Amino acid sequence: MTFNIVLQVVVSGLLIGLIYALVAVGLSLIFGVMDIVNFAHGEFLMLGMYASFWGFSLFAFDPIFTLPLTALLLFAVGVVVYRTVIQRILTAPMLSQIFATFGLMILLRGVAQFLWRPDHRLVNHTIVDGNVVLGGIQFGLPQLVAAIGAVLVTGGLWFFLHRTRLGTALEATAIDKEAATLMGIDAQRMFALAWGIGAGCAGIAGALLTTFFPIFPEVGADFILTSFVVVVLGGFGSVVGAFYAGILVGLIEVCGGFFVGPAYKTAIVLSVLLLVLLVRPRGLMGRA
Amino acid sequence: MTRTCLRFLKAGAVAVIALLTGTQAKAADEIRIGLIYPLTGAAASTGLELKAAAELAAAITNGEIPAPPGLAAAAGLPNLKGAKLKLIFGDHQGNPQVGATEAERLITQEKVVALVGCYFSNVTATASQVAERYGVPFLNPESSSATLTQRGFKWFFRTTPHDDLFVANFFEFLKDVEKKKNVQLRTLGLFNENTLWGGETTKLEVKLADEQKYQVVEKILYPAKSTQLTSEVQRLKAANPQVLMQSSYLGDAILAMKSYKELGFAPPMLLANDAGFSDSEFLKTLGHDGDYILSREVWALDLAERNPLIKRVNDLMIERNKISFTGNSSRTFTGLVVLADAINRAASTDPEAIRKALSETNIAGNQIIMPWKGVKFDATNQNELGQGIIVQVQDGKYVTVWPFELATKDIVYPMPAWDKR
Repeated sequence: MTFNIVLQVVVSGLLIGLIYALVAVGLSLIFGVMDIVNFAHGEFLMLGMYASFWGFSLFAFDPIFTLPLTALLLFAVGVVVYRTVIQRILTAPMLSQIFATFGLMILLRGVAQFLWRPDHRLVNHTIVDGNVVLGGIQFGLPQLVAAIGAVLVTGGLWFFLHRTRLGTALEATAIDKEAATLMGIDAQRMFALAWGIGAGCAGIAGALLTTFFPIFPEVGADFILTSFVVVVLGGFGSVVGAFYAGILVGLIEVCGGFFVGPAYKTAIVLSVLLLVLLVRPRGLMGRA
Repeated sequence: MTRTCLRFLKAGAVAVIALLTGTQAKAADEIRIGLIYPLTGAAASTGLELKAAAELAAAITNGEIPAPPGLAAAAGLPNLKGAKLKLIFGDHQGNPQVGATEAERLITQEKVVALVGCYFSNVTATASQVAERYGVPFLNPESSSATLTQRGFKWFFRTTPHDDLFVANFFEFLKDVEKKKNVQLRTLGLFNENTLWGGETTKLEVKLADEQKYQVVEKILYPAKSTQLTSEVQRLKAANPQVLMQSSYLGDAILAMKSYKELGFAPPMLLANDAGFSDSEFLKTLGHDGDYILSREVWALDLAERNPLIKRVNDLMIERNKISFTGNSSRTFTGLVVLADAINRAASTDPEAIRKALSETNIAGNQIIMPWKGVKFDATNQNELGQGIIVQVQDGKYVTVWPFELATKDIVYPMPAWDKR
């Protein structure tokens, strides 16, 4: 086994890990701010992918160019979902909250099947098509762009949460809703904002994914399990934790799959998750 | 008291006789055949195509449209003196329980003399159990699970080759290519999805490879619902097989092709096991990135170029239904043709006579629209003359490349590297 192959596997793992991270940060943010697990997060990703796909197939807009639009569109979807569904179940028992987002997941998936058929689609040509060959290792340009996108989005989110007034208000609401309200922060607006940003992140992830992944109504299901693993591993609610955990999961998955055997790749990831939870039940960077 | 009793019995006997002769009279001019297909539900579009194919076969047999010369059963049913086939459809909705209920209804209420169906292997399994219990011939034209004819059923017949035969075809194909192109194709990579289908295929491929001295250099079972196949493809690339044998559904077939291109993996030969690789969406989504893959198939439209009978029958299909035959509907059509041939030879609507005639079937390859050597049932009632074909995507189209005597194009070997296309 040459050094090149090992390097190639590590790079591949890193790239897919950053994409996992991008999908998971939105999920983690929503949970962190209001303690609600959004089972429909994978469907937000799916909607983001379809938005990019339709932009491409109807108007020949490149998914990379329409990315800001997709993000805005999904931000709006997130806010609307919050105002129409989530707001009404804020004080409801946890089971109701779970079933509400679970139902939303089934609804969105069904609507997508109904409107856009269960077929697989692909965006055939984007400006980021092609391969990168770097000293013996090779990877797709779309994957590289998506990975850079993941770094930028997570970095931007971190900056927003810790260095802006609005972001700090969001953090404050997450830490103590009552105290934040007493300080004059409108908690309802903050929650809606969290849903908007969370869904917007899924939209960006979807737009970047369309450059190399097939688009179909159940596509969210493929990613959501990994996202939950990432969120739990990184620590529920921690955006930075989700970022690192995403990279870790990608690396473990690809390296484990390569060195131990592809049949075990998911088993290895879940074993690592169990081990981490045994030692550190709140995840890598979760709040105590 | 006894007198009234007797009178009742007499009346009853008369009624029974009337009923019996009644059905007999009906049977003489109308031969009722039950067909069970998914006419609603997720597979409804396929089910309706199969229904159209069966109706075309019945119309030809009944002389409603002029029969293409050379087709088996084209002469109608002369031994039954002008009797007509009447098709009665049942809808199994893709559900094995519904399939069994429909079989029961068709046998007991519709009094069909034979059953045909059911496309889905798992529905065929349950529906044929009902037929076996009632002693009614069941002809299965298109389910490919090998186990169906391994159950020792007396009334179950299958015309299509099954999965094991298709896999065996792969190895015959490899030998033929080795000879023709004067190359060695001795190292295999197996890359199959990890449910029942891929698992069984892997087992059989390993067994045949061992028997025929091929070396399996990498064997990977992967989950069809994957976010990435990077580690799998890296391993395949490291193992560097001459032939990659792959069983995938649509989504994972597309993802695998994308990953091959991304990681620069192009084995000299990619031999796919139908399914995702021959789905109509596969080339639509991948475009020319799908070029040069080989896939097993049961049928291809370009076979018509070599066999005028296929073209004639397909023209009739287009005329009636505005669609061409597919690998599925061509097999349903052929199933009906085989059944009509047997009923004619049985010269009776008695199930046992039809079963006996079916088991004596011997139809030549040039009398059917399939790329088979013919139809002849072995001891398990499996057609032993069936075979698959191998198609290759050339310039965005599936063309038949094997068996060589049916091929319309020469095989492109080796598959060009991604950066040389």
